[in-house]
Parts: sequence; C-alpha cells; structure tokens
Amino acid sequence: MHRALSRHPGTSHPVRFTALLAAVVGLTMSGTTLAQDVKKESRRGRQKEVKPVELNASQVAELTKVANERKLTVDDLLAATKTYMPSGRHDDYVLFSSGGQSGQVFAIGVPSMRLLRSIAVFTPESWQGYGFSGQDDPVLERLKINGKLVPWGDTHHPALSETAGEYDGQFLFIGDKANARIGVIDLRDWETKQVVKNPLTVSDHGGAFVTPNTEYIVEGGQYATVLGYGYAPIDDYKKSYRGMVTLWKFDRAKGRIDVDNSFALELPPYWQDLADAGKLASDGFIFLNSFNTEMATGGIEQGKPPFEAGASQRDMDYLHVIDWKRAEQAFKAGKAKKTNGFPVISLETSIADGLLYFVPEPKSPHGVDVTPNGQYMVVAGKLDPHVTVYSIEKLKKAIADKKFSGKDDYGVPVLDFDAVMEAQVELGLGPLHTQFDDKGYAYTSLFLDSAVARWTLGGDYAKKHEEAPWKLVTKTPVQYNIGHLCTAEGDSASPDGKYLISMSKWSVDRFLPTGPLLPQNFQLVDIGAPGTTMPVLFDMPIGVGEPHYCQMIKADKLKTWTTYPEIGWDPHTQALDPRAPRAGKEGVTRDGSQVAVNMTAVRSHFTPEHVVVNEGDHVTWRIVSVESTIDATHGFCIGGYGINLSLEPGEFTEFTFTADKPGTYPYYCTEFCSALHLEMMGYLQVKPKSSTAVTDATK
Amino acid sequence: MSGFTSRLLGPRIPSAELDRHRARYLLPTLLLSLARVLLLVSIFLPYWHMELVAPQYPDGLELTAYVNHLGGDVKEIDGLNHYIGMRSLHEAGQLERRASVWIIVAMVLLVEGAAVVHSRWAILLAIPALLFPVIFLIDLQFWMQLFGQGLDPKAPLSSSVKPFTPTILGEGGIGQFKTYAEMGWGLWLAFASSGVTIVGFWFHRRAYKPLFEAARRASSPVEAVAGAS
Repeated sequence: MHRALSRHPGTSHPVRFTALLAAVVGLTMSGTTLAQDVKKESRRGRQKEVKPVELNASQVAELTKVANERKLTVDDLLAATKTYMPSGRHDDYVLFSSGGQSGQVFAIGVPSMRLLRSIAVFTPESWQGYGFSGQDDPVLERLKINGKLVPWGDTHHPALSETAGEYDGQFLFIGDKANARIGVIDLRDWETKQVVKNPLTVSDHGGAFVTPNTEYIVEGGQYATVLGYGYAPIDDYKKSYRGMVTLWKFDRAKGRIDVDNSFALELPPYWQDLADAGKLASDGFIFLNSFNTEMATGGIEQGKPPFEAGASQRDMDYLHVIDWKRAEQAFKAGKAKKTNGFPVISLETSIADGLLYFVPEPKSPHGVDVTPNGQYMVVAGKLDPHVTVYSIEKLKKAIADKKFSGKDDYGVPVLDFDAVMEAQVELGLGPLHTQFDDKGYAYTSLFLDSAVARWTLGGDYAKKHEEAPWKLVTKTPVQYNIGHLCTAEGDSASPDGKYLISMSKWSVDRFLPTGPLLPQNFQLVDIGAPGTTMPVLFDMPIGVGEPHYCQMIKADKLKTWTTYPEIGWDPHTQALDPRAPRAGKEGVTRDGSQVAVNMTAVRSHFTPEHVVVNEGDHVTWRIVSVESTIDATHGFCIGGYGINLSLEPGEFTEFTFTADKPGTYPYYCTEFCSALHLEMMGYLQVKPKSSTAVTDATK
Repeated sequence: MSGFTSRLLGPRIPSAELDRHRARYLLPTLLLSLARVLLLVSIFLPYWHMELVAPQYPDGLELTAYVNHLGGDVKEIDGLNHYIGMRSLHEAGQLERRASVWIIVAMVLLVEGAAVVHSRWAILLAIPALLFPVIFLIDLQFWMQLFGQGLDPKAPLSSSVKPFTPTILGEGGIGQFKTYAEMGWGLWLAFASSGVTIVGFWFHRRAYKPLFEAARRASSPVEAVAGAS
C-alpha cells in the first residue's frame, strides 16, 4: 500500500481509500445492526430461543400432581403439549371455516384451536361495521336480492384461491346455500369485497370450489327450480324444473368475480350436491354429485312419499362430469342463451358438444373429492358404506371409446360404471367427505359411525404407505356426528398431513350445557403418525353458527396487511380514495340541504367535534383514520341513527343519512383505543325545523 | 498582501524534497481527505437513535435523528407526546436541519482549504469540523430539554407526567416507556473525522514545520536588514 501510494500519488489512492472506507462503513454498519438486534431482544425481554425441556424429579412430581388433581391421563398431557401455544406464539396453520347460518367465515389457529376472528360476509356484523353505515351502505346494497334486503346467509363451503392446485393465500370464496350467493374475501385485509347473486337459482350447495388456477369459481346448485326465478307447478317438475352449475370467472388482478364473463350449464332437475375441480391429471374437469335422480316431488301431506324416501329409491345416482374447458369454448363461441339475463349453455348443447357426462354412483352420495395427483375421484356413499373411487384415466378412455351404459331421461350419456370405477372401499356407515395427507392416506368422515376413517390409496400412492392399497386402516371416534373434515391443505395438490379437523355436528355432552341450543364441536385430530394411531387432541366449541366445510392453509402463505397501506384507503375499492379527508382539512360544508362532513380520527379525538345540521338535511359523512400503528383501531357510532363503523388504521369510510330526527346526538369511538378513549367523542346536533336554520355549519 | 498570503500558506515544498519524502507530505493530505470523506458520509447516516419500549409496543418505537431529518416512528411518538403536552418533534431544530448539510459542506471545504495551508494556523480552519459532533450533542440536549421542560400544562396527562429532560445518551424513562438512546453511526463517523483531523494535523505539522523553520532561517537575516533600514 505504501509503495503503491508513493508510486501513483495522484490517481490510485483516492479510489482505494473510497473502497476501504466503504468497506469500513459497511462492516461497522452491519455490526451495528447485529448489535442492535441483540440489544433489542434483551431489552424487550423476549426469548426467541427456547431451551430444550429437561424435566427434573421435582418438576415431574409437580406435573404428575397437577395431572392427577385434574384427572388427566398421560395421553391428555401429550395432547395438551401438542396444542398449547404460549402467549405470543403464532399457530402454524389458519383454518378458514364456514360459519353456517351466521353468514360469516371464522378464522381459527391450528393447532391451538383459538378463534382469531370472524369475517362478515352475508350477515351485517356490527363490530366490523359491516352493514352499519346508513341508508346507502354498499354492504346492504350488495346483500339485496331482487331489490329485497336478505341480510343473512347460510355459508357452506369456503374455497381458498389456488395457483397450480396449491393454496396461494390471496382470496377466499364462500357460498351461501340459502340464497345462492358467492362472497369474495380479500385475504390482505380479511374483508368481504364482493357478493354475487346467482340469477338462475334460489339456493345452491356445490359452491364455492375453484379450478386449479382460480380461473373459475364453481357454484353447483341443489334444489331444482325453474331457472331464473320462474314458476311452474310441481307437476311440471320434469319438464320445467332444472338444475345448474355456474362458473364464475375470477379476475385476480381486480380481486373480483367478473360477472360478464361468467356462465352456467343447464342440468337435469337432479339435486346437484358437492363439487370438486379436477387438477393435474384431471385438470379441465369439474365433478359434481347428485341425488334425487328419481326426480321425486314429495308431498307427504297428500299421502305421497316424502322427499326423504322418494329421493332414495334408485340404487344409483349420477356423478356429473363436466368438461369446463370445452364449456368455456362453447360459451365464448356464443352458444349460451340468456336466462334472467345470465348466459346458460343448454342441455342440448352440452350433449352435442360433449361437455357433460354422467357416471353412476351409489345412491345419494355426498362429497366428491379429487386426490392430490388428480388421478382419482372419491365419492362418499352417505347411504352406502363404501367410498367409490373412479379413475380419471379410465374415465377419459371410456369417453373416447364411447363406453356408455345408456342415456338419462334428458339424453345425457351415462358412462359404464365398471369401465370407470377403480375401487370401492368399505369404511362404515354414513361416509360423507374425504381429504388426503402426504402419506398416501385418505380420510373420510363417517356421520353415522361418528368416526374418522383412515384408508389407503392405491396406484401411485401405494408405495407411500405400508398397508395394502384401497383398504381401511383405522377409525377414530369423534364426538359426535361428523360432517365435513379437513386436513392441512388436504384438498390441494400437496397436502401436509399433520392435522385433521373433525367438524362434529353434535356436541351433546362435550361442553357445559348452554341451553337447548348447543355449540358445534371442532375436534383436532393428530394424523402425524402412520398406521392406527390417530388421537383426538382438542375440542373447540363453536357457538356462533353451524359450520359446514373448512380449509386449512399454512399460516406463512398469508400475506396479511396489519394496517392499510396508506392513510385514506377505501377497503371497498382496495385503493386510496381521493375523497378521503386529510388532517388539517377537516370541516363541515353545506350546499343547500346537502351537508358534507369531513372528519379525521386519531387517538384520542375526532376532528371536528361539533357537527350542527338542520332537521331534514342530507348528510354525507366522510371519516378517515389517520392512524398508521398496528391495532390502533377506532370505531365510530352515532346512537339513534344506526351508524357504527370500524376504522382500522388508514381506513376511509363514507356514509350518508338524512338527519330526520332533531336532537343532540353524541358520537363516540366504539373501540377502546387509548387512555382517553372515553373522551374521544363529539356532538351531532340536529336543529329542529322550528329553530333558526344553520347556514354556516362549521362551528 | 501577497506577503501575508505566503506567510499564511507557508512555504511550498521544493520538488526535490517532495520526490525524496513524498510519503511524509502525502500522509497528512490523505488523513485530512479521509476526515472530509468521513464527515460527508455521515450526512447519510443516523446521528442518534432512541428506542422507546412499553408493554403495548413489543417491537418498540424508534426515533432516529439525521443531520437533516428525523426518521422512525415520529408520527406515533408525536401522537403519544400530545397526551403529555409535548410539541411535535418536527418543530425542534428546524433551522439546524435545514442548514446542516450546507454547514457540513462548508466545513469540509474549510478542511480542504486547511490542507493547502502549510502554516500552523491551518488547524484553525478545521476547528468547526472538529467541534461539530460535540455541537450536535449540545444542540440535541438543548432541544430535548426545551421540549421536555416545556410541556403544555393543559395536556391530558399533565397530572401524571411532569416536565422532564429526556436522556439523550443511555437509559431513561417517561411514563410507561423505557428509553434507550445512543449515538448513531453518523455521529461516530463525525467523531472519527475529528480524531483523524487531529492526527492529520499532527503529521501536517511534522511535515511542514521543518520547511517552515528552514524558510524562516533562510529569510530572517534579509528581513532583519529590511526591518532595520
């Protein structure tokens, strides 16, 4: 260095110095960061590293004493250890569950089974301020059906958005069975962005299910009606009533269903049930179960067989096989005709274009579930003690070879059962739904046996487990009457195994009695070990509604916002709203009887704190939280006017109302935000018509 | 005037001497250059950090002072400070923050100038740069004291949080917060720049003093004669 310097004093050394300096600065800075990290950890007293547990004799004695006092078994201790989450520790998985008649979605941490939050979808919910922003509430608007507010839903089947058959953690779709609606939830802020109403049918069941890249959200119908809210006497059932399946096009960039590019297929008036989309080997197909191919029309009061008997006469019903990629081509080719303004591909077109085939399935089945590799479709018998497994390879070949056993009443070709069936596995009574793990096992809920069955898959899966293929391995009793079940990412292309949730419908004696209405029971089952060990670890009461289906996603796939990205964010548009009031620009302005309030909220005050209007004024109230700190949420309510908002950090909301009742109305923050939360209030004063009118509303 | 200038600048280095002892003259130049670079780089680095930790802020709040702006959770800290009646942090040291970059550039130019002055007075030009980090800390203390002592008596928490002086280095506390304040790397670099400047001037003096004395020896008889006449 010294020599180099003396040889080239003018040129080389500044460069070297800069380089050296950069290196020194770089090193010292990285050193600082490290040093600061260490210091922060110790300052906060947070322990990231947990020392391995080594119980000494006195701790064993203490643990034994507590266990015996509480009458816990060794298995109970293990179960507790497998599920307990110390304060501040986050769960590995998030379970998104339908909330049944609550019209909501529940998010639950697994394995701790702690309820993280509910997400309002079809039912106004006041904590989230969902549907409580006055007369023009966009939520209430979206919940209208044929102009009538239908403020509840029967949420059934959540569907996480997928990319290449894997959950991508971006969106969640949920079907409303009662009203044939699909809700779209954005998983950045966990809020409902859209509700679409199916214009064809009143109720549905086979929704929501997504195609492997979320090209479409599938909504299969259930109870046949005259499509498009039509009327026909029940005697015209076969002629006028129809089933349907709708393919809602999803626009991922917009995060919305693209209604204009969505379409439906007309189906015979069988009661379509659950659906699943093919993937990998079966990509391009949708599978949809059905029952009541008898086309029973009930009438118990007239001495006719009730539905429950009439719909269970035939030995076989039809698994619907729909080639959605060809259906999409037919739709794009203009072959769909509009019913109630919505494009529907007729049965004739479906038959002519080879879009629809039927496969016989044991009578009145329930779930149809595609294996992770897409090679098999598993149909659970419900009234039949078997699951019936179909091979996509055989199915495609049967279609190519036209191996039909006949046609149904509407001319739909019925594939030969033996040509497409791969295996039938006897599991027990009331098989309903099937999911999968990473070890080549399938898990089927047995409603009547009140058990979860583990059984082996064959084909490519046979080498993953030690047992013979297509055989029952074990059953674990669950309490009680299991409906759906769900394993970790268990309906994706690569299930994780580990955990299974039994969505038990009856809890009977599992919890303290809560009156005649009892909670549901979500049971966590440990499916980590192969073979016959499959213990129940935890019971979680769900006392908010009757959930149906749930999906479990790895928590780190969710890219959740903890505050809105910018101050003035409108969650409805997921964009900054130029109308959002800015700090320093608040106030009340008046144009005739139109009053605009521009308000900001920050700990611990609203600005302005006085709003004076005249009776009869139409008030447009814009309010923005100028907070940007995690969990610094405010609420905003005006008692007597039915207003309650949740103002999350950065959120902008606008609501309107007519100040038709004079008086003095305190408005206040409804979310305990700070030490001066109670002081976070203001007065809305509505001057009676008799008193002097307010001309300058700003006070 | 030219006599004064040459006296101030000091004797030039004869080229033969420069060839013989290039390193001796280069060393102070390089050290002073380093000092200048350190000071310039410090503009981009935080001069001071404070971390505030409270139960409901498990990740803590950060306040970072650069010579020309504040960084970190200023908005949240200001929001909390309003409860105790402290003025917004942005109101503190506005003039300093606006002028600091220009002041640093000016100080660097003065040190640059000092490098061509070979007399012992060269160090005078570097005094502002030498003292800069100390002045920064004094200024910081001034503002903290002014803000901490000047709490609005009508503030909501005025009964439980009395006027105080925040601790600008080390551990302090206010309300439920513990504060940890420390020098940032910019300030360390500024101090390092001062240190390097002092060392640079030591070598500067060692290199030029002999020349200076030689020049004086050579010129003094003439000057004495001139002075006598």
